[in-house]
Amino acid sequence: MPEPLMRYLIWPLVKFLVAFLIVQVIVAAMNYIERRLLGLMQARLGPNRVGNEVFEKITPRSLHRFIPGGLLQIIADPIKFILKEDIVPSSSEKVAYFLGPMLPLIPAFLVFCLIPYGPPPTFVVTHVNVGLLLILALTSTGVYGIILGGWASNNKYSLMGGLRSAAQMVSYEVPFGLSIVGVLMLCGSFDLVRIINYQADHIWNLFPQLIAAFIFLVAMNAENNRTPFDLPEAESELVAGYHTEYSAMKFAFFMLAEYSSMIVNCCLMVSLFFGGWTLAINGYGLTTGVLRGWGLAGGILGAVIFISKVMLFMLMYIWFRATFPRFRFDQLMDLGWKWMIPLALANIAVTAVVVLLGLQFNFQGEVVLSIAGAAIIAFTLFLLLRPRAKVIHARRVSEA
Amino acid sequence: MGLIENRFDPNVLTTSVDKFFNWARKSSLWPMQFGLACCAIEMMAVLDPRHDMARFGAEVFRATPRQADLMIVSGTVTEKMAPIVRRLWDQMPDPKWVIAMGSCATCGGPYDTYAVTQGVDRLIPVDVYIPGCPPRPEALIWGLMELQKKIEKMHVIRKGGESYDFARAAVRDSIRPVHEGPALRAEQAKAQLKQAPISGIKRTPIEEKKPKAAAAPVATPAASDVPSASEPATTLSETPEADEIEN
Repeated sequence: MPEPLMRYLIWPLVKFLVAFLIVQVIVAAMNYIERRLLGLMQARLGPNRVGNEVFEKITPRSLHRFIPGGLLQIIADPIKFILKEDIVPSSSEKVAYFLGPMLPLIPAFLVFCLIPYGPPPTFVVTHVNVGLLLILALTSTGVYGIILGGWASNNKYSLMGGLRSAAQMVSYEVPFGLSIVGVLMLCGSFDLVRIINYQADHIWNLFPQLIAAFIFLVAMNAENNRTPFDLPEAESELVAGYHTEYSAMKFAFFMLAEYSSMIVNCCLMVSLFFGGWTLAINGYGLTTGVLRGWGLAGGILGAVIFISKVMLFMLMYIWFRATFPRFRFDQLMDLGWKWMIPLALANIAVTAVVVLLGLQFNFQGEVVLSIAGAAIIAFTLFLLLRPRAKVIHARRVSEA
Repeated sequence: MGLIENRFDPNVLTTSVDKFFNWARKSSLWPMQFGLACCAIEMMAVLDPRHDMARFGAEVFRATPRQADLMIVSGTVTEKMAPIVRRLWDQMPDPKWVIAMGSCATCGGPYDTYAVTQGVDRLIPVDVYIPGCPPRPEALIWGLMELQKKIEKMHVIRKGGESYDFARAAVRDSIRPVHEGPALRAEQAKAQLKQAPISGIKRTPIEEKKPKAAAAPVATPAASDVPSASEPATTLSETPEADEIEN
């Protein structure tokens, strides 16, 4: 086998397939985890019995209580979707109707080539030095499938959902992109590997770019149409929004794309603001160099750290879903245009000025920004945790 | 599914495949999110922490019929609502199941009047009848478990048995009762004039077959009026066992 072929084709392909499979398993599991966790947050149990009879047969009795119930829900749901009738409305635009669920899948899957899961070179599929730019370009094309599907269904609710999705995506792409600019100014690179190494050598970008991280968190929820921003598929207003007319596997494709892009955004969040696969501050701790020194074991450890961080943010999505009610549409637009974008621009200006002053007067700009960010976090924690007078509630009618 | 449905002789392979398919279908019954009357309040209560239907994987209430597997007719079906219920059922993709929840949906309940459909089985085929006015959430969970038992017995790729389309086609093509309201009759007349597919779905007309298990006891009074309900209806014969319901 010629060396360039191995290096540029075979290895990246193998790595991509492995990463893709792991991510798809996470996507399938997220469906179950989300339902189970929502149940627990609402003081219910959630799906807890599908597949228990299988596990009870194949495992010894002493292990039964350690196996979470309802695990095979992960398998039952897709099989059911495959077996369901695939309805194509007779008045739909056929080609666009079929393209609708496929288009969001392509960028959502393609992006997994560009994300560094662990220390390079083994755990990076393709090392692109403008990786971040490429990821932003790819993820922003995901909305076309939603608009196309919503329009092609020839259903008013679908069309409304598609339009809302378009407006929302356009509005929140801007703060999404602007929030990254501060990080780029600090790290001086579009390369995700270099951004992560920078964070290991200094401090997580969360601290110097606290406001940017917050904007990114909100904008990524809006990008994925997740719950405080799930207007494109608002059940109480639009039946099911853009996928009202989609049944069976086509609907499952929409869900697959949504969860895949959720994982992509969590990966970006972790890489940009939470140090990626490293667990280090100021060059001490598990930096890339330390992990690479341990060989394959270090690489796997790095990947595990990365995936753990990503899963924490996936749980955050579910937490948001269980917590927040849905925005009204004008509130959504207000938040996007009147708050997020000015805030992101102000963040860029402050970061630029501090970094420039640091260069001019020979001090480290990011240290100043980190202290400011840490102060904001400390103040918020103080507000939340300070001792307060106990609120005495009015007695209930039944107690009176 | 049209390619392999009910084409194969029963053997180890086909029975295992059937078992697997039936297991998947019964484990992921997503109901449709709609309620008609007071039974709907009990249907909402079935999702609460005390009786959590999510345990069966059946908590995902889909607002659009295209993504639903199970229609819980929860409440009085008035003549004005009847065409809408029928249309929603038509819009659901196969395989689909119906639970008639409460006396009204089963047989009209206390409303023996011109304005109320005397049982939703005059419009759509019902798989499980749940008595009660309204039934308690436990009874609805019992109905769901009965439906799961029924799905387990279905023939998917095997020949014979109660095939899926067989039961559905019988009701779909049956003569509708004279009792039905003017809206339905107008729709019927329109359908006779123009052979358009209902709600835009292409369906091949299926010949009406005589139900095989007609001799089986039919407990609910309304079901006996309908010769086309080929599957014997199940009713709540005893209170559901406590240990089955709890946790």
